[in-house]
Amino acid sequence: MGLQGYGWLLLDGAKLTVLVGLSSMTIAIFLGLIASWGKLTSARFARGIASTYTTVVRGIPELVLILLVYYGIPTLIQDIASAAGVDLIIDLNPFTAGVGTIGFIYGAFATEVFRGAYLAVPKGQIEAARAMGMSTALTFRRITLPQMWRFALPGLGNVWMVLIKATALISVIQLPELMRNADIASRATRMPFTFYFAASLLYLLITIVSMLFQQKAESWANRGVRRS
Amino acid sequence: MGFNIILESMPRFLDGTLITIQITALSVVIGLCLAVPLALMRVAKNPFVRGPVYAFIFYFRGTPLLVQIFLIYYGSGQFQNGLSQIGLWYLFREAYFCAIMSLTLNTAAYTAEILRGAIQGVPWGEIEAARACGMSGALLYRRIILPKAFRLAWPAYTNEVVFLLQASSLVSIITLMDITGVARVLAARTFAFYELFLTAAAIYLILVYGLIWVFHRIEYRISAHLRAAPETAQPAAGM
Repeated sequence: MGLQGYGWLLLDGAKLTVLVGLSSMTIAIFLGLIASWGKLTSARFARGIASTYTTVVRGIPELVLILLVYYGIPTLIQDIASAAGVDLIIDLNPFTAGVGTIGFIYGAFATEVFRGAYLAVPKGQIEAARAMGMSTALTFRRITLPQMWRFALPGLGNVWMVLIKATALISVIQLPELMRNADIASRATRMPFTFYFAASLLYLLITIVSMLFQQKAESWANRGVRRS
Repeated sequence: MGFNIILESMPRFLDGTLITIQITALSVVIGLCLAVPLALMRVAKNPFVRGPVYAFIFYFRGTPLLVQIFLIYYGSGQFQNGLSQIGLWYLFREAYFCAIMSLTLNTAAYTAEILRGAIQGVPWGEIEAARACGMSGALLYRRIILPKAFRLAWPAYTNEVVFLLQASSLVSIITLMDITGVARVLAARTFAFYELFLTAAAIYLILVYGLIWVFHRIEYRISAHLRAAPETAQPAAGM
């Protein structure tokens, strides 16, 4: 299958896809940890915000949110600024808008994963840690968090698999990731099937590598757990 | 904020909502019809039956839906001559057909995997009991395994349908005028970006949570035998 010298373009795109994926996943994990704390805390206000976040985000298509953030937020800020008598021109770059939006969306999915993982850590261990005189923060860092990873990894793996495929949507706002570059190459060569198929195989490769990595990570997180 | 723009574009959004519902419903129904035989083939013992189905499911679950849509809609152009010769080109020329086809194949793969899990989750005792009653083959599947598997699969299937409803927004990229398509076209014309995309988001929210409500009602109906028996009715005061 001849790629007519456009193979490197696809590989470049794949690199950016992985970078976008990892950056969004980092944001998603941070947001997920914070929002799951919000869901589990007794503070009413935080709980309200966290559940609004997960409810709303999971009910809106990724594409609509990406378009809303990339096109909508700059115009919204400009409108507010011009109402206040200031002239502003704001341009979000596609990378920031894409990574921010994908991270924001999958943060909502990670929230549920972390919430489940926190609840899976036996309560007696937390009580024991408190009885040893550990503070809430120290208990979280030493007792809860290390064990949460074990319960959270399968769920986070699923979030990652869906997230890396969702990054293809950022091609809509012209970020030169794998999908966008496949688009460019297919237009230039008039071989759309060849290039989209090649791109799909690269996505498949990313998925396969992720699955292998997930297996390794899970067996690492489960070290010291006796298996029946 | 331009409320006028939102009000004025409401008729267009309603048309878009109908398209979204239509595309989703068609793909869900055809996808389910494909998924059942695929799931049965996926659990078959013969590796020549199981293998190709596994590859199909793996490919469609492992690649982005957007690639699949482009592969079918734009990719078919590469085979225009061949497709014209066998008289199928007029189908692949239509964005609507390509959208339904890619969404259907995608959801068929995900649903088949959900059903596979459910079929393998049917308690062995029930199958043994059915065999002891003399059921086998198709009868066993029709009476025992499939009904049970559908009930087991329902919560996961609910998620899949919700995902498909949201994923149908991608058809706007190949020029179809669904909710997202309407918002994009109107926004490009009026520059009322956040008003229109927020409206689209609100419509999706209503559709998604409406759909979830309906599916939960159905789940409630099909799990009647799992709930505690209703308490015997107390004579209400004044009756």
